[in-house]
Amino acid sequence: MPNQAEAGPGWPAAPVAIVVVDTDGVVADVNDAGRALLPDVAVGTVLADPWLRDAHDRVLAGGAETAIGRLGERSIVAHPVRHGADVAWWLVDTTAEEELRLERRRTDFLATASSALLASLNPDRCMEMTAQLAATYLADAALVIAPGRQGWLPMVSCVRDGHPVRDERVANPDEVPGLGEALRGFPPVPSRWIDPAGAPEWLRPPDFGEVGSLVVTPLPGHGVPAGALVLLRRSQQAVFSDDEELFARLFAARAGSALSAAHAYAQQALITDVLMRDLLPPALREVGGVDFAGRYRAALDTDRVGGDFYDVHPAGDGRAETLAVLGDVCGKGLEAAVLTGKIRTTLRALLPMADDHQRLLRLLNDALLTPASTRFATLVLASAVRDGAAVLLRLTAAGHPPPLVVRANGEVEEVDTRGMLVGVLPTIRSRTATVTLDPADTCLLYTDGIVEVRGGPLGNEMFGERRLRGALAECAGLPAEATAERIHMLAMQWAGDRPHDDMAVVTITASRGQHLTAVGGHGRGRYTS
Amino acid sequence: MTATRAVAGTRYPELLWDAVLACDEYAARDVAFAALDAGVSAESVLLDVVGAVQRRVGVEWAAARITVAQEHAATAINERVIAALATRTPRPAARHGRITVSCVDGEWHALPARLLAETLTLRGFTVDYLGAQVPAPHLVAHLHRTAPEAVALSSSIPTRLPVAHATITACQAAGVPVIVGGAAFGADGRYARLLGAQAWAPDARAAADRLAAAPLPRPVGAHQPIDDLPHLADQEYSMVARSATSLVAAVYAGLAERVPAMRDYGEQERQHTAQDLAHIVDFLATALYVGDEELFTGFVAWTAGILAARGVPPHALHAGLDLLAARLRDFPRAGRLVAAGIDQLERIH
Repeated sequence: MPNQAEAGPGWPAAPVAIVVVDTDGVVADVNDAGRALLPDVAVGTVLADPWLRDAHDRVLAGGAETAIGRLGERSIVAHPVRHGADVAWWLVDTTAEEELRLERRRTDFLATASSALLASLNPDRCMEMTAQLAATYLADAALVIAPGRQGWLPMVSCVRDGHPVRDERVANPDEVPGLGEALRGFPPVPSRWIDPAGAPEWLRPPDFGEVGSLVVTPLPGHGVPAGALVLLRRSQQAVFSDDEELFARLFAARAGSALSAAHAYAQQALITDVLMRDLLPPALREVGGVDFAGRYRAALDTDRVGGDFYDVHPAGDGRAETLAVLGDVCGKGLEAAVLTGKIRTTLRALLPMADDHQRLLRLLNDALLTPASTRFATLVLASAVRDGAAVLLRLTAAGHPPPLVVRANGEVEEVDTRGMLVGVLPTIRSRTATVTLDPADTCLLYTDGIVEVRGGPLGNEMFGERRLRGALAECAGLPAEATAERIHMLAMQWAGDRPHDDMAVVTITASRGQHLTAVGGHGRGRYTS
Repeated sequence: MTATRAVAGTRYPELLWDAVLACDEYAARDVAFAALDAGVSAESVLLDVVGAVQRRVGVEWAAARITVAQEHAATAINERVIAALATRTPRPAARHGRITVSCVDGEWHALPARLLAETLTLRGFTVDYLGAQVPAPHLVAHLHRTAPEAVALSSSIPTRLPVAHATITACQAAGVPVIVGGAAFGADGRYARLLGAQAWAPDARAAADRLAAAPLPRPVGAHQPIDDLPHLADQEYSMVARSATSLVAAVYAGLAERVPAMRDYGEQERQHTAQDLAHIVDFLATALYVGDEELFTGFVAWTAGILAARGVPPHALHAGLDLLAARLRDFPRAGRLVAAGIDQLERIH
């Protein structure tokens, strides 16, 4: 039997636990650290831990590999060192490293989960992502259940390595202990109180087999619960430990935040869409034998609306003419857009006066002219009616660049109309011009954002009216859509990546449809469309 | 579905071409309807008749045989034909997921994307067609709202590749995979792979086949454009792109001294020259971005052809590239590209 002197100096006080075991599996010696680690072990006792005894037998049979196992609460790596016929087991405590490794895995997972959850602001996608992450890292299957309405529970389930599956069903959340509570925002029910055998059929993914253990964790939201996360393990797997349950809650907190953010975004987006609907430029088309086309681009890429606007109001209520309006209000961005909305609504109400542009502008001026406000606008009114193959136009510019007309032969004319802007002075004056558009002639209404855009190949030149006229000349004989697109495109390309103002164009031409009937060449003739 | 008739061997593409060039929307529509009535499938009318005519428009324009205005007109007529076809063809029930179809911002050729959108609709996808001129923030907001299965991005102009890359990355950051198509990504789709798109398709039919076969893999993990293109760290792209207008101005001024003919140029010709130089610098910046010499030399060869057609003396382009090379002495990668462009010119002449 070895003694301490033989084992070497300092052996008893070495910082690593050492247990010397003889060929019969009996402890021959143990140092101080060994006694601290294994309080039950004494010289003469038989090695009790099965994993260590198996490892010992393997070493005696000629092996030399290290063994890994647990002694009490500690994780141990046991290194065998032959000591004559005996084996000295150096038992290195790796509990701290194990915990660190687990912690690192969890941190990695939370980082992955966070970036995956942050990616989408779509609530459905967010639910799918939550279920998939949970099924990959935390359980054999996971369900994300959203607070439902009128008994309907929207849910996403995902089995490990599977695709998330959406479902919505009539179900009573109180059938699952803890689920009703979680959806109402009550604290989680510990999983050991939940009998997995009592889980209702709808909770179990198809072909999942028997549920061995089950955790229900609330997904905390911003003020209201975002839903619940249900984790399932098969019966042959270990049950969820307290520690795992706690970790699931950490993940659920992140998933809940992401889901709530997605819900908030979806709600805001819906509100914006509804409010924005009337501010967006309308889609233009053929009206009464006259083709209209429009193009619009807000100054900022993040905005969809701005201070430019256009509308086309078909003839009706005794008016023979279709009224096109294009304008520009002071200011930019959303506030300007709101003002365009008011002007467009006012103009719609004033449509019965459209036969008299001066009167319409006067009434609009009165409406905008309130002592408290400094709102003003410039605009062009264009009343159009088909006359045989031609289109008769009455055009009035109010503080706005006068429209241009390109003839079929490429000649470009400026329309002789001038007027004062609306919303500033108590009385305004304007002059209306009359233009006849023969087939293949085009009238262009544009806002100053088109001509004032700076850029070009050399950087800081203005696009200018001369270039606009040149571009328009090249559009002679084109359909309204093509001209609008080309003018808009040239101005946008002139700007390149540089900032530009709001831009709007409207083009008007005679439709090229076969003229079926026209009552005396006037009125609302019928055209194929 | 009833037996359908192939377009090959029919005169429909030729008839539509004539109608489109004549700006005759109604005749154009009648050709498309006649093809439908003769048993050609709606998809085939879209892709083999309208699509064929549109491809021909592109070829004729690139060869300067039709004007830009005619190109616009033809596209406008084709758009109308597609809209008319949509009203004549029953929409199938939704059998597939939701797809967003959009052009890269700054892309004006919306028709290929429109054809894809219509094709996908005919195949039973739910399609959101956003069209051209969609700033990336709008596209991403749309993705958040609708959570499509994939985004199909179209771009025909190579100089939009940096913007395309930013857009692809933004869509992926929103968790949505991207399939790209269009001439900008190269005939073999090389730039699609380079810019990290999940898939590439040479045409609308192939894109629809790919999307119908299986969902695209969802992007994993956040990544940034620089991760795909580590060579951007040399800052040459940034410098050339940022100083593009001053480069153009300097080369333009130098050119006026070296090419005597320029002194007699009118306003229009001066404008053309400045624009040609701006395009050259744009292509140079893009070639620096994707790190591909061919993108630049190919453009130089094409420009040489166009200038010859316009009657511009061939040495003007050579002189322009020489001046550009002189301005880029501090940028080795850019310098090599311009030198390759000059080699290309010398091979032509």
